[in-house]
Amino acid sequence: MNHAFSAVPTVDQVTIEERAASFTKRSIKTSAKLAGLKTVVSMMDLTTLEGKDTPGRIAYLCRKALQPIERQYETPSCAAVCVYPNMVRYARRFLGEDSGVHVASVATGFPSGQYPLRTKLEETRRAVGDGADEIDMVIDRGAFLAGDYRKVFDEIAAIREACGAAHLKVILETGELVTYDNVRLASQIAMEAGGDFIKTSTGKVQPAATIPVTLVMLEAIRDYFFAKGVRIGMKPAGGIRTAKQSLAYLVMVKETLGDDWLTPDLFRIGASTLLNDVLMQIVKIADGHYQNADYFSLS
Amino acid sequence: MKKSKILPRKATAKRPVAVMEPPAVLREAKPVVPAKERRLRFGSRWDYAPAPETVPVKIDPRYELFIDGKFVAPHSGKYFDSINPATEEKLCEIAHGDATDVDAAVQAARRAYETVWGKMSGRDRGKYLFRIARIVQEKARELAVLESMDGGKPIKESRDFDVPMVAAHFFYHGGWADKLQYAFPGKTPRPLGVAGQIIPWNFPLLMAAWKIAPALACGNTVVLKPSKTTSITALHLARIFQEAGLPDGVVNIVTGTAETGAAIYHHRDVNKIAFTGSTEVGKIIAKACAGTGKKLTLELGGKAANIIMEDAPLDQAIEGIVSGIYFNQGHVCCAGSRLFVQEGVYATVVRKLRDRIQTLRVGSPLDKNTDVGAINSFSQLEKIRELVRSGQEEGAEIEQCECSLPAKGYWFPPTFLTNVTMSHRVAREEIFGPVLSVMTFRTPEEALERANNTPYGLSAGVWTDKGSKIFKMVNKLRAGVVWANSYNKFDPASPFGGYKESGFGREGGIQGLSGYVKLN
Amino acid sequence: MNASRLDVRKTYKLYIGGNFVRSESGRSLAAKSADGKFLDNFGHASRKDLRDAVAAARPAAEGWAKKSAYLRGQILYRAAEMLNDRSWSMTEEIARCTDTDAAVAREEVDLAIDTLVYYAGWTDKYTQVFGAVNPVATSHFNFTTPEPTGVVAMLAPDEPSLVPLVAMAAAAVVSGNSVVVIASEKFPLPALTFGEILATSDLPGGVISILAGKRAELLSHIAGHMDINAIVNGAGSPELQGGTAINLKRYAERRFSAEEWLGGAGSDPYCILDTIEFKTAWHPIGL
Repeated sequence: MNHAFSAVPTVDQVTIEERAASFTKRSIKTSAKLAGLKTVVSMMDLTTLEGKDTPGRIAYLCRKALQPIERQYETPSCAAVCVYPNMVRYARRFLGEDSGVHVASVATGFPSGQYPLRTKLEETRRAVGDGADEIDMVIDRGAFLAGDYRKVFDEIAAIREACGAAHLKVILETGELVTYDNVRLASQIAMEAGGDFIKTSTGKVQPAATIPVTLVMLEAIRDYFFAKGVRIGMKPAGGIRTAKQSLAYLVMVKETLGDDWLTPDLFRIGASTLLNDVLMQIVKIADGHYQNADYFSLS
Repeated sequence: MKKSKILPRKATAKRPVAVMEPPAVLREAKPVVPAKERRLRFGSRWDYAPAPETVPVKIDPRYELFIDGKFVAPHSGKYFDSINPATEEKLCEIAHGDATDVDAAVQAARRAYETVWGKMSGRDRGKYLFRIARIVQEKARELAVLESMDGGKPIKESRDFDVPMVAAHFFYHGGWADKLQYAFPGKTPRPLGVAGQIIPWNFPLLMAAWKIAPALACGNTVVLKPSKTTSITALHLARIFQEAGLPDGVVNIVTGTAETGAAIYHHRDVNKIAFTGSTEVGKIIAKACAGTGKKLTLELGGKAANIIMEDAPLDQAIEGIVSGIYFNQGHVCCAGSRLFVQEGVYATVVRKLRDRIQTLRVGSPLDKNTDVGAINSFSQLEKIRELVRSGQEEGAEIEQCECSLPAKGYWFPPTFLTNVTMSHRVAREEIFGPVLSVMTFRTPEEALERANNTPYGLSAGVWTDKGSKIFKMVNKLRAGVVWANSYNKFDPASPFGGYKESGFGREGGIQGLSGYVKLN
Repeated sequence: MNASRLDVRKTYKLYIGGNFVRSESGRSLAAKSADGKFLDNFGHASRKDLRDAVAAARPAAEGWAKKSAYLRGQILYRAAEMLNDRSWSMTEEIARCTDTDAAVAREEVDLAIDTLVYYAGWTDKYTQVFGAVNPVATSHFNFTTPEPTGVVAMLAPDEPSLVPLVAMAAAAVVSGNSVVVIASEKFPLPALTFGEILATSDLPGGVISILAGKRAELLSHIAGHMDINAIVNGAGSPELQGGTAINLKRYAERRFSAEEWLGGAGSDPYCILDTIEFKTAWHPIGL
């Protein structure tokens, strides 16, 4: 293994939050709004992460991800469903092998990550074996905050190896890292260790995804691209509930990383309730009427 | 003690990370873009549709002078056209006030001062200012649209910055009106009398508020002259004064040209001149007022240094650079027009800045997504072009936002120049446009020396993560406003004004009051 | 004292950059008392003496401003001590120049001493009284603090001969400025003697330079000097101000009558503000 020292720039909270707020002030109207919302659907990791999840519930989710709304609205499928490891096999069964909708599984002792590496590896291998083609791991925040960055790095690298051909998303759980400096540093470690995506949150800790924290991570991705030539993906997750919010994220990606990242291959939004709000807006634009939730199927 | 000449180390991480390469097999799995092809593409994969501000506004075909509480025709009977710089279309006609009109305005102001305003209790003066603040808030969107149409600035800025700040200035100063004795411990502040105020075209309404609010709070009456190219919102402000019931003559607005302004500062019965504008004109006014006993405050030009240290939060520094020079098309006296970047991060900063300016949206001031609007006038556009040309002739390299510009109107894309040295004209003269001159430095001491190497001294910026360095830099920069890890921030509670040839006196804050009172 | 002993006369020198110099021009003028008696000769400052004084004042200002406020206060207090020590000779000097009673002159000297003590106490307080932390609406720490403007040229009035010069110079050096002061044209000797006192007071050379001569010869050079930041005019001379526009010097006047000066009008913290700049700094507040 090589040892090198890499510079991680600091982040000024006030200025980055101002910049983040500027994305929310973009006025997205008419055709841009419709195209943006459809893109958001295509980037969505439709998620259920509950103790009470059952195969039946996973069936609803998968059906919704495959076809979010009637075909007349020409809306794409979601990018993936995101479930607990025990639900992976059901998701794979409902989605089949070539639907285009991926099966993502949280893993590595989600959400806390306070488990031995051995069980985390085993969990990862099993989820992949059950049909997950994306693994959303959590980092060891305890180790990170204690300053043991090497442990964080080694775990990610080990999980990466265990993933095999599956893509790895590394959840930083930014709500527990607290400062933007920590987020920036954790992003750097996650990318260097082999993560294909970096992801904000488990959704189990508040605050979950925010625009500024996502911006910090996008900037880390940008700098990593210039340094290493590798495009890492980004996934904000948790707390994104409205179409308006999701468009602000899209604006941020467009203005920070540019066109190459405006694709589900490199940008995902993890959400459970966002989808129907986006669909309501799509229908509003198409049909011209403000919508009622009962006209939109639950997942 | 000997000064340290040791170069600072290259940027170091706050917490260095031992970076370990992942297993080779995984590394190879990801496509690696060759170094030469690593660039961001800011295209139209998904783009914003037009988002015009749709609040309707009524612009009168003709605007008269506002004297003694009434709108009156100019003595000369002459009017000039007000042009929308984004379309080159005529918006309306503006009265061309002359010395006779100025005299009438000064007389009205004197009368109002002696009979009403100078005698009024501070509490009541304050209540008028609060009223004005409230009406400005009520008419905020209309004022913002007018400001953008008249001056070319993006609606985003007039809506989110100029107009809210106008209300804030009236509100802040309204509170001072009955508390002035606490601003001057041991003294009894008294008003000066009639204040003549001459304001520029870059923040027409905001500059009017900066001038009028403290003057009225301190018990003075006002004769204000807006800039020729941007008079409309000042006259709408006059209507707000009427609506607020402000006594006749307390504020008078005489539109016109430089000669109109000269009639104000030459007028014998004016006790105070407040001017915001170029250093060149400021000197003329200073000379004219010398020996007359007129109290004078000047807020003039600048060529501010924005200093980026190696240990700066670089991505935020980029935002500071952008707001420093492209805010309001760079028509800002405190614009951070000289960028000094420490050599170790120069390439990174230039690369990031190059990418960042590609995302700036140049175009219709009334589109809510416009970041950079129209250049205020054709003559200003010519000046910007001339200076940029001179920079290129002197060997500077140009980087520009590759946006398409509207066919009509006055436009200049966000630009920065590299390969600039301290002796380039673009590094010494105020461009007053969206043009940044980028230079480098090696040590903090050198940055200070270069930053201070200008006759101006209005503002400066410094970006570093090290607290003690910030205080040292703040202390040594010869500028009236220093933004540390920030840029172009304003607040009515924060005094603004320059060192050296950027003028004297302060506007805003407790210190800003002293320009409008006498203490002996 | 032996009545037949011959007096030792002295040539009064200009005090420039901590040194006592005859005028660069080689010229001198005769100082006369109020009744017209010849007193002594003194150096007749030329524009080049002004140039030298400003050239010395610029680096002096940098060093002086860098000293702690506490130390500046101590040094000003030391100047008061030195003047106090030599109060009788200064009293005699004023009395013989102005042909007044020693008791009256003594009052002026005492006031000059007290003025120095007064301003010595302001060095570490004026920034607290006149600076501010500003409650801005954004998440920024914002403060305004007064700083010295740099090099200040001053015209002392003709009368009184000592107190205005002391009060004007002290008010400017409190904040860290350096001063070039043109002494009373009518009674320059007390000012030049005051220079001798300053020289023993720990005040670094060049912080206060004292020139004497004909004001009118120097006015345009003062107004036009590009390395002077501010002018405090206590001598009338209304023609001075117009020329200051060349580099927008800060300009203030002291329009006190002799009675007002002797009544302590020069001891006023607001006088400090005539030769300062307010600097406002912003910094974000965040994690």
